[in-house]
Amino acid sequence: MDNQAIAQGIREAAQRLLAEGLVDCVLGYEAGTVPMRERPFFAYTPEEALRLTWSGFCCNNLANFLIRRPQGETGKVAVVAQGCVSRNIVGLIKEHQLSREQVHVIGVASPGMLDRDKVQAAVGADKVISAAHEEGDELLVEGPGWQERLERKKVMRDNCYTCVQRNPVIHNELIGEESEPTHGGVIDKVAAPWEKLDPSERLAAFGENYQDCIRCYACRDACPLCYCHVCFVDEAKPQWCGKTQDEADVLTYHLLRAFHCAGRCTDCGACESACPQGIKVRRLTGKIEKDVREFYGYAPGLDEESVPPLSVHKPDDPQGFIK
Amino acid sequence: MSDKILKKDQAASFLAELAQKRDLHAPALAGGRLVWAPLEPGQEPLWQFNNTALSPKEFFFPQTECMMRFTNAQDHEEGMVMHSEPELARERALVNMRPCDAKAFGVLDLIFCQDEMTDDPYWRDKREKSLIIALACNDPCPTCFCTSMNCGPHSEAGADVLLIDLGDKLLAKGVSDQGEAAIAALPAATDDDLAAAAEAKQMAEAAIITTVEMDQINERGLMELYEAGHWDRTQESCLNCGTCTFCCPTCHCFDIQDETQGPAGRRVRNWDYCMSYLFTLHGSGHNPRGSKKDRVRQRFMHKFKYIPVKRGGEIGCVGCGRCVQLCPVNIDVREVVRDMNA
Amino acid sequence: MNNPYRPYPVKISKTLVETEDKQLKSFWLDFLEPADAQAFQYTPGQFAELSVAGYGEIPIGIASSPTEGDTLLFTVNKVGVVSNRLHQMNQGDVMGVRGPLGNSYPLKEMEGKNVVIVAGGFAVTTLRSTVTWLLHPDHRSKYGDITFIYGARTPGLLLYEDQWREWQKRDDINCAVTIDREAEGWDGLVGFVPSVCEEVAPKPDNAVALICGPPVMIRFTQPVFDKLGWQSEQIIMSLENRMKCGIGICGRCNVGPEYVCKDGPVFSKAQLDALPAEY
Repeated sequence: MDNQAIAQGIREAAQRLLAEGLVDCVLGYEAGTVPMRERPFFAYTPEEALRLTWSGFCCNNLANFLIRRPQGETGKVAVVAQGCVSRNIVGLIKEHQLSREQVHVIGVASPGMLDRDKVQAAVGADKVISAAHEEGDELLVEGPGWQERLERKKVMRDNCYTCVQRNPVIHNELIGEESEPTHGGVIDKVAAPWEKLDPSERLAAFGENYQDCIRCYACRDACPLCYCHVCFVDEAKPQWCGKTQDEADVLTYHLLRAFHCAGRCTDCGACESACPQGIKVRRLTGKIEKDVREFYGYAPGLDEESVPPLSVHKPDDPQGFIK
Repeated sequence: MSDKILKKDQAASFLAELAQKRDLHAPALAGGRLVWAPLEPGQEPLWQFNNTALSPKEFFFPQTECMMRFTNAQDHEEGMVMHSEPELARERALVNMRPCDAKAFGVLDLIFCQDEMTDDPYWRDKREKSLIIALACNDPCPTCFCTSMNCGPHSEAGADVLLIDLGDKLLAKGVSDQGEAAIAALPAATDDDLAAAAEAKQMAEAAIITTVEMDQINERGLMELYEAGHWDRTQESCLNCGTCTFCCPTCHCFDIQDETQGPAGRRVRNWDYCMSYLFTLHGSGHNPRGSKKDRVRQRFMHKFKYIPVKRGGEIGCVGCGRCVQLCPVNIDVREVVRDMNA
Repeated sequence: MNNPYRPYPVKISKTLVETEDKQLKSFWLDFLEPADAQAFQYTPGQFAELSVAGYGEIPIGIASSPTEGDTLLFTVNKVGVVSNRLHQMNQGDVMGVRGPLGNSYPLKEMEGKNVVIVAGGFAVTTLRSTVTWLLHPDHRSKYGDITFIYGARTPGLLLYEDQWREWQKRDDINCAVTIDREAEGWDGLVGFVPSVCEEVAPKPDNAVALICGPPVMIRFTQPVFDKLGWQSEQIIMSLENRMKCGIGICGRCNVGPEYVCKDGPVFSKAQLDALPAEY
């Protein structure tokens, strides 16, 4: 099924759910005002549902909005969910932020989402892009007086290459068909760059990776794992983390945030898509998730039953890594 | 009278001359991203580029800036005495700044330096020691809407010199006394050059494809705008991150923090942002802008109503379009202004 | 270049724990440099940033009156990092003061009028300054009747007891101090501030009211004044918002276009009625 057909399916599902009063709101994507940036959209009426769309640039994780709803809004919500988003919904249910009954999952298999920064780099940083359309395995990019076709698989987001779950793990209805389970990347390789380095080299590599960070916290705020009312980085009494651009403060923020996501991160890539500075935020969470897989044999959000290993204690927990 | 001509192949030597007493900075490509970087004397700057990802406000208002130092010895009289940071050691020239960014600093001058009491010495020092050589935009981005914001692709406000690209040469307009002095030795422009520059300006302005109106916003009372119905929708998808404020050339909110390590301490200011819940949180736990809606509304009301009311009609936005491009959920300021003006 | 961010060094010359819950402590501060004392010319209603190196700054209303000399008085509620640190500091310690900041009560415009001052809890600080200033022989004759209504939950939570006891002995000020409920050893008024206002019933004719207190007190006092026929132009209030720079730049204390730190903290109720209630 192509994007238009999926978008149509989403619209029809949303219209039906809203018209029948089964949900208060359908959380999906609509076309953004700039190319390559579809944006979250909250449809409250069947008419509004006509604005819903679907493309390879649906890069926000909509599970995020399930836990950031306006105060007092507790009715049932439908949400458009790719594989990773559905895993986050499962995670939120396990963490008691949400009940399964509260959410109607409109599942869509992810085609592998696209990275607008890669598209821009591929056509040239000085080029103005006025439109980008997917045509099968290609992306047609247009600007004033020029056109360029890019291979879709060359401009995918990094996390979509190593995705292990493109299909929604839970859904109330599925739009389109299921897809092949992976894009063929090896997820354990995300962590490899760190593992080759000795501790001092690692610190230098951390510093380099995050040197452009402006601490806007878009990575945190785009993340469905980050729902603390007051984040540790904002806490003033005591103040855990300095507020400056000094490397120590920037790294403290990123390292602690990554650890808070341990055993919970579905590698949805929303952090990297949100980052205005193009920072490879996943490099750190990727390493931690690899450790969780190896130590506990666990990957977050794949099923509703298993218990997140870092939220329980067992006498025989592995602890060889504690030195 | 003050319009001069600078040939592009002579630009490097013209800038090298300036570099004798100033550090030079200009937009440059680094890892596929457009950033501000030091320009080595003799190096030719980029003439063709889009807006830098972040605004150059960092030059006058660094994201982290040490304001003063103290000795961390509280039982000693000296311990509490604050010593201001030294001033900027070397003057600088910011080359090829976009007119919208230059204009933004003109707006910020009105906020950092309001009167005798409110006269920020850190801002003022760096402003006074910087020569801004703006480069007019001949190829605006689709997200640019400067012409709706008291600005434009060839706007001169806030700059010392405005360069206009005429192909193999640049028309150099002296805007301030400092700017006129900097280009005094260049040859004068001909009438043909002036006509070409005027045409370039006209074409650039016509290339701005989006416009927004401000008439109703200006006319309406602020409570009417504040209580308008659209804010519930405007704020819906906002993540309350700081991207829009940090990339914005006119956002200027900051926090002041003390840091100590051993015997040394410093008072630093860091960029802060009105999207943060903590920004306005009282010690008592009360928060005057406790909801996301309050905070989103604050940002737009500040730019399009509060600043105009307070600063003689100046707008807290220059239409650079950075937030439109970078907002992770694509909250488009142009749509918000249209909703406010509807 | 003058640096409005640089605090003047001051020495704590005296401290006093003001309340039985030990939440409020007063600090008397003397400038280390006489020139700084000269530069710090203030008017009742203004505030200053108290600056503790290594901890930060907090905006606190100036409780002393310039008629009392160069020593500054501040009474600090223990809530945050800086105020907790301040509460540990003692006589002889050196700290910083940055100011004076903000506008002040409209003392000039109040001349020739009756003045009603209503204070609740620890919001009394800048009103202590104002009453002291008004009662000074140089100023008292320029004003009509002065009424001071002040309440706290218990006798032990009333600030500045020495001052208001003295004011109660004078005949040029009507001083009504009240506590919420009967308490042992208390022979003064009992009742909430709004009901005391109702009893005192200050007349709005040719009068100005300065009202400062917790939101709940303001909420119930307002209707009393409305009923007595007061106009919102006659009611003056002082706001508190989170602040950093104190000079109208850093962007967090604004109420609409007005910065509490620079355009305030003193506003008339008429002004506030036309602004978002973001305080």
